[in-house]
Amino acid sequence: MPDGASALSLILAGDPSLYAIVRLSLFVSLSATVLAAFVGLPLGAALALVHFPGRTFIVVITNAFMGLPPVVVGLVVFLLLSRSGPLGFLGILFTPQAMIVAQALLVLPIIAALSRQTIEDLWVEYRDELTAMRVPPAGRVATLLWDARFSLVTTLLAGFGRAAAEVGTVMIVGGNIDGFTRTMTTAIALETSKGDLPLAIGLGFLLIALIVAVNAAAWGVRRIGELRAG
Amino acid sequence: MHAPRSDLPIVLEDVSIRANDVTILDRVSLDLVPGAPTILIGPNGAGKSALIRLAMGLIAPASGRITWGGKTATDGRRRAVVFQRPVMLRRSAAANITYALKLEGIPRDRRTERAAGLLDQVGLSNLAERPARRLSSGEQQRLALARALACDPEVLFLDEPTASLDPAATKAVEDLVRAIAQTGVKIVMATHDLGQARRLAGDIVFLLRGSVRERAPVDKFFSSPATTEVSAFIRGDIVI
Repeated sequence: MPDGASALSLILAGDPSLYAIVRLSLFVSLSATVLAAFVGLPLGAALALVHFPGRTFIVVITNAFMGLPPVVVGLVVFLLLSRSGPLGFLGILFTPQAMIVAQALLVLPIIAALSRQTIEDLWVEYRDELTAMRVPPAGRVATLLWDARFSLVTTLLAGFGRAAAEVGTVMIVGGNIDGFTRTMTTAIALETSKGDLPLAIGLGFLLIALIVAVNAAAWGVRRIGELRAG
Repeated sequence: MHAPRSDLPIVLEDVSIRANDVTILDRVSLDLVPGAPTILIGPNGAGKSALIRLAMGLIAPASGRITWGGKTATDGRRRAVVFQRPVMLRRSAAANITYALKLEGIPRDRRTERAAGLLDQVGLSNLAERPARRLSSGEQQRLALARALACDPEVLFLDEPTASLDPAATKAVEDLVRAIAQTGVKIVMATHDLGQARRLAGDIVFLLRGSVRERAPVDKFFSSPATTEVSAFIRGDIVI
């Protein structure tokens, strides 16, 4: 398998353009996950704790949006950020920032929906105790998020996995510009269509290896944390 | 009495609670005053837990009136409760206490010291850094007592705190309850264990099917019960 061998040699040789792509992919997907977590975790907790008219509707929509097609999210963000769009003045279309925003929107429903379920289950257990201790609403959210932290790591991983694996949004809002907005997934798509299979295969290996590495690290952190905190 | 904002006495007047069509408490009138522990006794389902939740202010009555220190609403900061199976937060034993101290507005630099003192009071100093949920049931129950004391309560409700404990752990909790009562904290404790009632009570409230059937000082309750139901309960008969 000559293609596999040359892919491996590319990785081993530390090809600079390849590693620039890897760095950008990691940076964009991790930033998007962090950004989505800042909004999604409190949103999930609020949906779990606060009952208001229309809550069921929002819960159903959030669950449904876990399966949002990336190209559609990409298209919406593209329209928002294009010169004539409402956020065109930001001038960030075809930049990594735009890719982060688009992936964050893609990941937000996953983090919100999964964390809502986790927090809701924990709230059933904690309700009497926290009510008796007269913990104010904001304190409840903080307590539940903190005490569910090990389960929420898995939620964040699901979000990161989705961001790292998708190609549709980054292709549309990033534009796959060589050396600037080219990620592993857009490069794989491009190189495959160009016929440069060694680079595509090399990137494919790396992408999977990175996702496994991030998951393994998170699993380790979770395990150590559980042993220490019960 | 110049104690500001005291929640005692807690007075229930003709209080009822219903869930769907079932009456859980039926026109209960009761006053809880400072002094020796008040023990709520009665078979399972008599309404002991509901009475505690009501007096804690955790649920509102369907009818009737409750006052704390003469007021119909207070912030409840000096009422605390320990449930039969207390829920420990997923952190260390000490962190469970500092959590409660933070809620009380105790400044950060004083929390560690207060937490150490409370853990010492319940005999858990050596387990301070252990994850709270890894402690035995008896240890968790004592930790729950320490956590409840963090708010410096004037009344402490205990809902069958020893129901799932072995005799040694039960004795440890009872000793603590006695010591807490001696510091002037009003104890209101539910149990269905007659021996425990005899060991701890100042006075006993006998509940059956959602209403108060008898209330008496502990000696009188056991020596000359006023109702046939209490006599039967003391004899060990099943009272329905």
